[in-house]
Amino acid sequence: MSAVIENHHEDHHHGPAKGITRWLYTTNHKDIGTLYLWFSFAMFLIGGAMAMVIRAELFQPGMQIVEPEFYNQMITLHGLIMIFGGVMPAFVGLANWLVPMMIGAPDMALPRMNNLSFWILPFAFFILLSSLFMEGGAPNFGWTFYAPLSTTYAPPSVTFFIFSVHIMGASSIMGAINVVVTIMNMRAPGVGLMKMPLFVWSWLITAYLLIAVMPVLAGAVTMMLMDIHFGTSFFNAAGGGDPVLFQHIFWFFGHPEVYIMILPAFGIVSHIIETFSRKQLFGYSSMVWAMLSIAILSFVVWAHHMFTVGLPLAAEIFFMWATMLIAVPTGVKVFNWVATMFRGSITFETPMLFALAFVVLFTIGGLSGLMLAIVPADFQYHDTYFVVAHFHYVLVPGAIFSIMAAVYYWIPKWTGNMYDERLGKLHFWLSFTGVNVTFFPQHFIGLAGMPRRYPDYALQFADWNMVSSVGAFLFGFSQLLFLFIVLKTVMGGKKATAQVWEGAKGLEWSVASPAPYHTFSTPPKID
Amino acid sequence: MSGGSYYVPDQSRFPIFMAFSLFLLVMGASSTINNLDDPSSNAVYILYAGFGCLFLTLFFWFRQVIKEHLAGLDSNQLKQSYVYGMAWFIFSEVMFFAAFFGALFYVRTLSVPWLAGEGEKGIGIAAIELWQGFESTWPVIVTPDQGDGYVLAEKSMAWPGWDHALKWLPLWNTIVLLSSSVTVHFAHLGLKNGDRKKFNRFLGITVTLALIFVGLQAAEYYEAYAHYGLTLNSGIYGSTFFMLTGFHGFHVMMGGIMLAIMLARSVFAGHFEDHDHFGFEAASWYWHFVDVVWVMLFLFVYIL
Repeated sequence: MSAVIENHHEDHHHGPAKGITRWLYTTNHKDIGTLYLWFSFAMFLIGGAMAMVIRAELFQPGMQIVEPEFYNQMITLHGLIMIFGGVMPAFVGLANWLVPMMIGAPDMALPRMNNLSFWILPFAFFILLSSLFMEGGAPNFGWTFYAPLSTTYAPPSVTFFIFSVHIMGASSIMGAINVVVTIMNMRAPGVGLMKMPLFVWSWLITAYLLIAVMPVLAGAVTMMLMDIHFGTSFFNAAGGGDPVLFQHIFWFFGHPEVYIMILPAFGIVSHIIETFSRKQLFGYSSMVWAMLSIAILSFVVWAHHMFTVGLPLAAEIFFMWATMLIAVPTGVKVFNWVATMFRGSITFETPMLFALAFVVLFTIGGLSGLMLAIVPADFQYHDTYFVVAHFHYVLVPGAIFSIMAAVYYWIPKWTGNMYDERLGKLHFWLSFTGVNVTFFPQHFIGLAGMPRRYPDYALQFADWNMVSSVGAFLFGFSQLLFLFIVLKTVMGGKKATAQVWEGAKGLEWSVASPAPYHTFSTPPKID
Repeated sequence: MSGGSYYVPDQSRFPIFMAFSLFLLVMGASSTINNLDDPSSNAVYILYAGFGCLFLTLFFWFRQVIKEHLAGLDSNQLKQSYVYGMAWFIFSEVMFFAAFFGALFYVRTLSVPWLAGEGEKGIGIAAIELWQGFESTWPVIVTPDQGDGYVLAEKSMAWPGWDHALKWLPLWNTIVLLSSSVTVHFAHLGLKNGDRKKFNRFLGITVTLALIFVGLQAAEYYEAYAHYGLTLNSGIYGSTFFMLTGFHGFHVMMGGIMLAIMLARSVFAGHFEDHDHFGFEAASWYWHFVDVVWVMLFLFVYIL
C-alpha cells in the first residue's frame, strides 16, 4: 500500500517519463492531447491522399487511373477516415490539452481511461485500413453505409468494418464521459458554469451529444452484422423489416454527429475572434444558449437527409421546418462574432485569418444547407455535387480551418515557441484559395445535375471538374507546408511569453509557455 | 469539492493492454464470423485470446483501483468523478437500447403496415402488388415473402391470455427480476446501517435471482427454438424479439457478474463501509437499469 502512496508523491516532482513508455503508458492530459493531435494529423494526410486519388480520377471524364470498384473504396474510406480519424480525434486532442487548463484542473478526471480512449484508435484504424488488402477489398458502400449496399451486397470486409466502428465508438464514448466528468467535477472554485470559457462549454455540449448518439451507431452496425451473418431481417423488407429503417437509425446518429464536428469549432473561433479583436466577446450567454439549442434541435432533424427516400408528407414538412429552425441559433452566433469584431482593434495573425475565413465560409456552407432543407428543392439537389459542396464547406473551411486556427493559436502555449508568421500566412492563403477553388465549382456542377459518388461523368461537367481537381491538389499539397510549420515550431523558434497574444484572456495564458507538465495541482484563485 | 490535490495516477500499463485486448477481441470476432462455414479456421482462438487478455487486464486494473482506494488516495472529489462517470455510462447504455426499441416501434407502427399496403406509403406497394397476401399483424408470423427466404415460426412469445398466464415464462422472469431489484435495495440498506450480515444475505439472494433469471431466459430461448420454431431467421418479429431480449439478457449477466464480485469482495475481503461503497452502489445502479429495461421489454415486446 505504502508503495502506492510514495509513487504518488514522487509523481509531483518529476516530469514526463523517458523513452517510448512516456507515450504508451501516459496518464497526462497534455501527452494524450498531443497523441490525439498527431494521430489526427496522420489520418488527415491518409484521408487526404485518398481525396487526391478521387480528384485525380475526376480530373477528366472517362476512366483514367483507378477501377470503379477501387474508386468506391476510396470515397468510403476518405469519408470514414476524415470524420472518425481526422476531425473527431483532433477535437478530442484539443479538449485534452485545453479543458483542464481552462478550468484550473490538475488533469482530466479519469486519466487512465483517457489513455485507453486514445490507444483504441490506432488499433481501430489499423483494422479499417487493413480491409484494403482483404479479399473483396475495403468497404465500398459510402461512409453512410446504407443497407442493403452494406448488408446484402457488401464485401466480406464489412465484418471488420463493423467491429472497428464498435471500438471507435467505445473510444468516443469514454473520451466524452471523461470530458463531461472533468467539466462537471473539476472546475476550480469560482469557475461557475456561466463563467466557463466557450470552448469548454462547446465541449460539454459536444460530449453530451457523443454519449447520446455513439451507442445508437453501435446499435445500427450490430443490426447490420446480424442481418449479414445471423439471418435477421431488420433491413430486409422480405422479412418484414425496412431498408429505410437503417437510414433512420443511421441519421439519428449522423445528424448530431455533424454538430459534434462543428460545436467545438464554434468554441475555438469565439476565443480567437475575441483575442484578436481586443474586445470582450459579444453576447456570451446567447452563445451558450445558441449552442444548447443547436444541440437539442440536432435530435429532431435527422430525416432531412432522407427527403427523397419516400417519407410521409407530414414527416417531410416537419423535418423541413425543424431544420430551418437551426438557422436561428446559428445566425445568433454569426451575428455575435461579427459584433465582437465591430469597432475592435483587429490584427490579422494566422489564427485570426483562419477564424475569419471560418465565419465567412462556414456561413456559405450553412446557407447551402438551408437550400437543401427545402423539400422540393432537395428533390432536385439530392445526391448531387451540390450536397458534396455543402458539407465540404462546413467541414473543411469549417471544422478543419478551426482546428488549424486552434493549432496556430495555442501552439506557442504547447511548445513554448512562436510559429513562423510568414509561413503561417502563406499556408492560410494557399489553403483558402485551394478550398474555394475546389469546392465552389462543385455547387455549379451539382446544380447542373452531376451525381455524387461516380468515377465518371458527362462531358458537360468536364471544365468545372478540372478546376475543382486543380484546387484540390493545391489544397492537398499546401498541407505539407502545415506539417513543416508545425515541425519547425516544435523544434524551435522565437520564445513565446506566457500570455502569447496581447488580447488573450483565460487561465491557460496565466501559466508559462510551454505549459509545465503538471498545471494547477492545486486549484488557482479566481477573482 | 475539497481544496486538496486530486489524485492523478502515475503511468499505467493497463489502458494500452486493454486497447490491445479489444483489438484481439474484434479481430478474432470478425475473422471467426467471416469463417463460420470453414471448420478448419483457427480464428476463434484469437477471439479467446482477446477475451482472456481483457479479463486479466480488467482484473488487475480494478485491483489497482481498489488498492489505491484502500490506501486513501481517493479524495471526495475523485469519488464524485466515479459517480458522474457511472451515471453517464448508464445513459450511454440507455441510448444503445433506444436504438433497438426505436427499430421495434418503427416496424410495428410504420413499416409493417406499409408493407401490407396500408396507409400513405402502402399505396405504392399495393399498386405494384409487391407483397401480395401479406397482412399487417403483430407479432408478424408470416413474413411479407411468405417464408420464401425465412423459416416461419409457428407461434410467438406474446401474452398467451389469462388462462395460460402462470405457465408463461416472461411473467416469472418479471417477478424474479423485480424482486431482485428490491433485494439489492435491502442489501444497500443493510450496508448503510452497518449490518454486514444483512448486506451479504440480500446480495447473495440478488445474485441467485440473477442466475434464476438467466436460467429461465435460456429455457425460454430453448422453447422458442425447439417448440415454436421461432428463431433469428423468422423475420422481423424474431429479429426484434431475440435482439432486444438477447442484449438485455447479456446485460443481466454483466450486472450479475458485477454484483457477484461485490459479494465476493464483501465476504472474502471485508470491503465496503457504511459510508464508502461506491463500487457496490455503481453495480446496483446498473442492476436497477437492467430492471427498468426489462419492464420496457415486458410491456412492448411481450404484452402489447
